[in-house]
Parts: sequence; structure tokens; C-alpha cells
Amino acid sequence: MNSIFKDAWTIASKDLSNEFKTKQTIGMMLIFSSLVILIFSFAFDPTNNMVKAVIPGLVWLITVFSGILGLNRSFLSEHENDALTGLRSAPIDPSSIYLGKVLANFLLVTSVQIISIPVLFILFDYRFIGKIGWFILVVLIGTLGFIIVGTFLAALAANAKNSEMLLPVLLLPLLSPLMIAAVQATRIILENGTITNAVSWLRLMSAYDLLFLAACFFLFEFIMEGS
Amino acid sequence: MKKNSGIIDRLLFFTLVPSFFIALYLVFIWSPVEKFMGAPQKIFYFHVGCAWVAFMAFVIVGYYSVRTLINPNMDHHIKAGISAEIGVIFTTITLVTGMIWGKSSWNTWWTWEPRLATTLILWFIYVAYLFVRKMDGSWEKIAKLSAVFGIIGVINVPIVFMAIRWWNTKLHPVVFGDGKNQQGGGIEPDMLVALLFSIFTITVLYAFLMRKGVEIEKMRHIVKKAKTKAMEKLAG
Repeated sequence: MNSIFKDAWTIASKDLSNEFKTKQTIGMMLIFSSLVILIFSFAFDPTNNMVKAVIPGLVWLITVFSGILGLNRSFLSEHENDALTGLRSAPIDPSSIYLGKVLANFLLVTSVQIISIPVLFILFDYRFIGKIGWFILVVLIGTLGFIIVGTFLAALAANAKNSEMLLPVLLLPLLSPLMIAAVQATRIILENGTITNAVSWLRLMSAYDLLFLAACFFLFEFIMEGS
Repeated sequence: MKKNSGIIDRLLFFTLVPSFFIALYLVFIWSPVEKFMGAPQKIFYFHVGCAWVAFMAFVIVGYYSVRTLINPNMDHHIKAGISAEIGVIFTTITLVTGMIWGKSSWNTWWTWEPRLATTLILWFIYVAYLFVRKMDGSWEKIAKLSAVFGIIGVINVPIVFMAIRWWNTKLHPVVFGDGKNQQGGGIEPDMLVALLFSIFTITVLYAFLMRKGVEIEKMRHIVKKAKTKAMEKLAG
């Protein structure tokens, strides 16, 4: 069991150091999420009261849209030089590949969020009055669930020729319960509502995370076996 | 084996046709007209039947997906796929009839009520599943990938339902009673008979379509095999 985590860390650090050298994916994700904010500021006039209603949804929209870009890259980049075959034939548990990719993608998306969410608040001139600790907790748990399912489906979609198109089609319906919970929890916290309401949503999100982590962890082998 | 399956097909066909006419009679002539909603209420019998078959088809997709993973087998793979295809059709019918019903009794085409939203998301998962099956590659690979996606999709459905129910009861008042059956206080025994019979008929229709679909899909594979064989012969 210990070796699974060690191998996972090796794979994650490989991906991260690769990303750190080129900074291509993370740069694209940042620019893309800023562009989404820009387009939405045209769609919803940021000067009126609309802002309060759309901010919780926008936090998750920019996360999901920019995250999908990163997820697409995470397995497609392994197709170059047929690196996937190398990973598959390495003497490691296939689940550690999955965990490593989840870890790398999670760190990638959260580092994008660290910049893009403040940018969102600044550009929409939103005054943050909620509890920041709870907000960060909700964002982390929601992002983790998104990455758990997203990494798994990215591996699945990478088998297809049109994987960039396939991934959102597969991912978005499966994400719907998580997104409902995440948006509601974010709204409650940002409006400074009672925390107990947010806690029940947090519980749903954690249950979703755990359930899908377990399911994806065991089913990942079957995806890797193929082709 | 082949003769046996022919008998089952014929049996299904000969129960299906008369029971469809009986169902139509029961629904349109025999069962009483609803007091408040009037004639549009008749759509309810087919709506419930289709919804039931749609959900059942999805459970069957999950069942055959698990069996495909345990024991990769062309038969299970085909059955899961055909069930999903029929499921998409019945989910679409459920959504469309539900919208017509909603417009006439609630005066709105769509409302984010748990059942409606769950059915819509179910439809999207089904369609995504069919996209996975349309990938190119060997059938063993597609069988594995689609089975994995089918299982994940089935796990997701109850969570979706729960999430949407919480979402709606927390923010909006529940406008439309608990379910369609409870509206107007219970259901007439005559209506119940018509409802159960139409559910039975649509389930038989599902079984019939399923068998025919599997047969056609198998024929397609045989033709494909023969084609590649012939091409190899011509080339070599």
C-alpha cells in the first residue's frame, strides 16, 4: 500500500516538474479562465445587483472550464512517444498512476484557482464578507471531486480520437450533483448564511468525493488494460 | 437454441400487439376522465410506463456492464448497448410527454423538480455512454471502457436525485405535491388498472425491442466479419 503512494508521488512530481518547465498548460488555463470572466462580465452587467447572484456559479464555471483544458492534456501528453505504454508496462500498480495524475491535476487546478478566483472578485468588484476558511474548504473539496472524476474520464476519453470533445460530454453530466452542492455551499458561505446549511452540502460533496474515489480507484485498472 | 428464441420472439410479438390495443382502449375509453385536468391527463399512463422502462433500461445497462467487466463477452457488451439505445428513446419520450403534461396541468413546460431534472441528467449520461461506444478500436477495448462508464453512470443517478431534491426543498417551496400520483388525492381504481396495464405493455415492448436489437447487432457483427474475410481473400 505504501508503495502505491510512493509511486503516485513519483508520477505526480514528474508531471509537475514537466509543467513547471514549460508552464504551457497552466498559462493557458489562467488566460482561459480570465477570458471566461471577461465574457461573463459582458453577459451579466457587473455594475448592478446581479453580481451577488452569479458569483457562486462563476467560481465553479471558471474552475470547470479551465480544469477541463488541463485534464485533456494530462493523458494526451502521455501519447507522445507512446509514453503511456511505458507507464503501463512499469512494475507499478495501475491505481498509483491514477492517484499520481489526480494529485498533479489537483495541484495544477488549485494553483490556477489561487489566481483566478481573486481576479474574479476584483473584476466583478465583489466585497468578500463570508468566512474565508469555510470558503477555502468548500473550494478544495469541490475541486477534489471534480478532479477525481475528471482525471478518470480523461483517461477513458484519451482512447478516442476526438478526446477533447468527448471529455466534457462525459464529464459534465456526472459532475452535476457535485456542482449543485458546491454552488449552494459557496452561496451560503458568501452570503454569510448559517454554516449548518453549508455543512449538509459539504457532507454531500465529501460523500461524492469518497464514493467516486473508491469506484475510480478500482475501475482504473480496466481502463489501463485496454488497447 | 435458434428455434427456441424464435418462439420467444413470436410469443412476445403476439402478446404485444393485442395488449397495445387493449391498453389504448383502457386508457382512452374505459378509464374515467380526470375531474380537474381533463383529457390531457391520459398522457400520464404512457408517461409513467415510459419512465419506468427508461429507469429499468439504465439498471440493465449497469447490470450488463458489471458482467462485461467480470467476464468480457460479446453478448453482454451488445445487450448493454442495445438497452442503452432503447433507454435513450424512452427517456426522450418521457421528457416530451412530461413537458406536454406539465404545460397542461402546471402551466409551464419545464420546472426544476427532482424527477424532471434527474431524468434530464439521466438522458445526458445515456447519450454520453453511446458516444463512448462509438469510439474506434477493438470491441474488447470499447467493451471495457463503456462498461466502466456505465457503472460510474449508474452510481451517479441516486446522488443526482438526492442532490436535486435537497437543492429544491431548501430554496423553493414544494409546489406540486410529492408526486404525480398523489395529486388530487389518490388514484381511482379504474385508472390504476389502466396504468398498470400500460406499464405492462410498454415493458413487453421493451423486451421485444431488446431481443430484436440484439439480433440485429449480432447480424451486423457477422456481416462485418464476413466482409473482412472476403477482403482478405481478395487482397491475398
